[in-house]
Amino acid sequence: MVVSAMDSIAAISTPLGEGGIAVIRVSGPESIPAADQIFKGKKPLKECKTHTVNYGHIIDPASGEKVDEVLVTIMRSPRSFTREDVVEISCHGGIVSVKRILELLLQQGIRLAEPGEFTKRAFLNGRIDLSQAEAVMDMIRSKTDQAFHVALKQAEGLLSKQIRKLRQLLVETMAHIEVNIDYPEHDVEELTAQFIKEKCAQAIDEINRLLKTARQGKVLREGIVTAIVGRPNVGKSSLLNLLAQENKAIVTDIPGTTRDVIEEYVSLNGIPLRLLDTAGIRETMDVVEQIGVERSKNALSEADLILLVLSYNQPMNDDEKALLEQVKSKPFIVIVNKTDLPQQLDLDELYKKVPKHRVIQMSIKNETGLDQLEKAISDMFFGGGIDSGDQTYVSNVRHIHLLTQAKEALEEAKEGAEQLLPIDMIQIDVHRAWELLGEIIGETASESLLDEIFSKFCFTGFFLSFI
Amino acid sequence: MHLSFIGGKYDVIVIGAGHAGCEAALATARMGCNTLLLTINLDMVAFLPCNPSLGGPAKGHVIREVDALGGQMGKNIDQTYIQMRMLNTGKGPAVQALRAQADKFLYSKNMKETLERTENLTLRQAMVEDFIVEDGVCKGVITQSGAIYEGKAVVLTTGTYLRGKVIVGELMYESGPNNQQPSIKLSDSLKRLGFELARFKTGTPPRIHRDSIDFSKTEIQPGDENPKFFSYETTEEPPWEQMPCWLTYTSTETHEIILENLHRAPMFSGAIEGTGARYCPSIEDKVVRFSDKPRHQIFLEPEGRETAEYYVQGLSTSMPEEVQLRLLRSVPGLEKAKLMRTGYAIEYDVIIPTQLWPTLETKLVKNLYTAGQINGTSGYEEAAAQGIIAGINAACRVLDREEVVLSRSDGYIGVLIDDLVTKGTNEPYRLLTSRAEYRLLLRHDNADLRLTEIGYKVGLISEERYQKFLKKKQMIEDEIKRLEETKVKPTPEVQSMLEQAGTAPLQNAVALASLLRRPQVHYNMIEQLSPPPELLPPEVKEQVEIQLKYAGYIEKQLLQVEKMQKMEKKRIPSDIDYNDVKGLASEARQKLSEIRPISIGQASRISGVNPSDISILLVYLEHYNRVVATRGS
Repeated sequence: MVVSAMDSIAAISTPLGEGGIAVIRVSGPESIPAADQIFKGKKPLKECKTHTVNYGHIIDPASGEKVDEVLVTIMRSPRSFTREDVVEISCHGGIVSVKRILELLLQQGIRLAEPGEFTKRAFLNGRIDLSQAEAVMDMIRSKTDQAFHVALKQAEGLLSKQIRKLRQLLVETMAHIEVNIDYPEHDVEELTAQFIKEKCAQAIDEINRLLKTARQGKVLREGIVTAIVGRPNVGKSSLLNLLAQENKAIVTDIPGTTRDVIEEYVSLNGIPLRLLDTAGIRETMDVVEQIGVERSKNALSEADLILLVLSYNQPMNDDEKALLEQVKSKPFIVIVNKTDLPQQLDLDELYKKVPKHRVIQMSIKNETGLDQLEKAISDMFFGGGIDSGDQTYVSNVRHIHLLTQAKEALEEAKEGAEQLLPIDMIQIDVHRAWELLGEIIGETASESLLDEIFSKFCFTGFFLSFI
Repeated sequence: MHLSFIGGKYDVIVIGAGHAGCEAALATARMGCNTLLLTINLDMVAFLPCNPSLGGPAKGHVIREVDALGGQMGKNIDQTYIQMRMLNTGKGPAVQALRAQADKFLYSKNMKETLERTENLTLRQAMVEDFIVEDGVCKGVITQSGAIYEGKAVVLTTGTYLRGKVIVGELMYESGPNNQQPSIKLSDSLKRLGFELARFKTGTPPRIHRDSIDFSKTEIQPGDENPKFFSYETTEEPPWEQMPCWLTYTSTETHEIILENLHRAPMFSGAIEGTGARYCPSIEDKVVRFSDKPRHQIFLEPEGRETAEYYVQGLSTSMPEEVQLRLLRSVPGLEKAKLMRTGYAIEYDVIIPTQLWPTLETKLVKNLYTAGQINGTSGYEEAAAQGIIAGINAACRVLDREEVVLSRSDGYIGVLIDDLVTKGTNEPYRLLTSRAEYRLLLRHDNADLRLTEIGYKVGLISEERYQKFLKKKQMIEDEIKRLEETKVKPTPEVQSMLEQAGTAPLQNAVALASLLRRPQVHYNMIEQLSPPPELLPPEVKEQVEIQLKYAGYIEKQLLQVEKMQKMEKKRIPSDIDYNDVKGLASEARQKLSEIRPISIGQASRISGVNPSDISILLVYLEHYNRVVATRGS
């Protein structure tokens, strides 16, 4: 590939769905001429100023047919996300017209963008640094508002801030070690193995804390893998439909653009749920009494969250009792459905088996109890505060990997200190941890440790006080 | 200028006979180049104008590296030291380092004799004022007296002489170190040639008379009983007893005197414009910056066996002379101190070192090399290291041989030069072990294993020494192999030995090598359990123990080196125009155009060049190479 002559790319940059506005983004040297071929407005786009929004219509150049009424935004290089010429076409949405416009662009010689390619270009063109690029990539992939929020926060540097704090802790320790090594005769207190051990332990705790949020991060990015289980006719499909209808099910069905497999996502007020075996649930509507518990068992092993649906109107049978025992190995919520009907279920018996806060009473038919369900899931996965703004989620696989490696390095350092290995050996592992953390925020490439030490300690009165 | 005349024709001309100049001239002469070494004052050859000591962490490593390459510094200090100490003995093998107190007069005299005895080397007193440069190629030099010396290559080592200015309180005058004549005109010549210069500053403490010191109020700091040497060729101690140094501290009175007279300190009055080193501050600097520290260390170091002068380490100052005297006398043990030489600050011109290739040849003028303090470093060892590299490369140019560039994993010399030419420096650059990312590989004990091969290849290591080196290497390999292959069984003898050493007994038979990896087990125990077929010399035992004991850590660093070498191997063609590389950030474009790195590895170390710029550069190079390949076919 030639950097100086990149081709032009396009993709639909908003979630596909019914209604609303959809945006098609085009980037590259051909983006404006290509858009001009299919756009008819007051004047050609090539004559429009940068950063203007232009009203007009998309016309199929072959037939002359009007495809959609649109607003076209022009951003000329380098003042754009990718630093290339960028055109954004906002159209009226609807899967048909969006796909049609994209096709028309492709006919003009524009290439369909690979996933994350805009970000890659922004990165290759020096628009964004590595950690930002990755967070933005996550942003692109993010499926819900909340995930978007987390990705945004990382780009803004909340994670960077935490990592910097951690590196600061390590650099202080290292500075002290270096002073001991490079100025052996001066009266700076010799650093003890105990001191290093403590600092490493402190850093390990901090990384563990960050890694704990990683699960939440993954959940936000990929959705909580959720299984709805229960005996037939208890309301599983109604629940699914309620979730889907209430929250605009996002069904991605264009292979290659976003995902290759068809999956079903629902978003429960910002909590993304990835529903397992939804087709199976729907099937059971027709194939009565056939599948039951057996199928549910399979779903159990895969899920992050199990929603067990019982009926308020029926006593628990043996299958349900067995199921209840099984789901306890996973995060689970018991939904007692059909509260609109007379009570037949022994709630006291249920509360003996599961904690009260895990039980949600609902009437799916009357659409009650949905708020409690959402709160229960939120409590379970986000410690009660999915939208507590000051939390940092580590939501990127690479970040998790680097954090894990850094933690391992620190554990080795700690072990070295315990075995009373020479200080400069221990330093190798501390240094490695410091570098790995630097990689997350893109800060190792060109700075040396020494610059870091000097810049941080020169005037704090401790580093140079021995000379 | 006077009428000029032809002084002579040489292969290589070296300007300056300090630590850089001596190594450079010896290297070129020993490599067979007819060499002229010019210096302002022949009595100042290899002079130690500041502290009378060499070595220490990183610096001591460098002396050994210079020695492994076939340089002189290690041998010279081994013959003239008055104290030798191994530092950091409580730490790991990578950071242990020798430090010597030199008899500074003997050191200088001894080096001068070596120069005088060296074949192909002409030593001459003269001040160089200008260069002969034709079409961007340096062809010789012109001296103050009008002599024109023609040379195929020129190595410039001006130390602190270049437009030197000494400052003592309100007193200021043009001078080199120790009241030597400064080199004024050469600085203008460099500017005319287009070099960008900067102004650095360094300083030295006062010297006092031995008999005026009350040693009973100080702590003695003796040398090692069984001293080791810098040179791999030295076998014998000098025939005299070692001399101790002495430790004392500043008092609250010292600090009060400084604070009272701060307005007279050039550092604070604004009289000094040069940049000093952060790690080598004057006493006034220390007292101001670290006001909460009640006292600072003062080391009293003899300057030689046949002099009464003592160097007051830790009291570097440019305060007025009478304040210096009062400062001295406020220090316990120095109440009656007699001042012999006043401390001073000295400012001098340096060339911004990013104007150099990693061979130390200047980018502006072909066949002109610079080394030592002129490149922005401080320290005798740093100077010697650059000197030998500049010398080797100047000789390689004359002899039309391949140039020598050491990498960061080859040695501290590689780290030093790479830092200078890639990042530049905005203060006098001092080597520290923390500057090396592969510290465990760049040990004091293995400098010969790392560099002898290179020294032999360029012709600075004799055949005899090389054969000895090969034998040592073989012995190390054989013994490591033996320890890895020989198993030891949990016999009562073994178990009791392990118990005595304070480590766990054996469960099963294990290789001797893995036994040696236990922190409590040392080679001498292994040797007892299972002696090698022939007795090994101590330096071989040392290598075997270090290489096996720290194999895990060494492996880790080797992996890093491998990664780096991939980047180093991606060469950047010298004719690349960074304006053609679309997408580089403007800062990166400017930096890359200025530094013109020889590899992607070097490019990635330039500050202001981000990973995204490197990706772009990689992609561009890929494209560039394809185009070149197409054209070629």
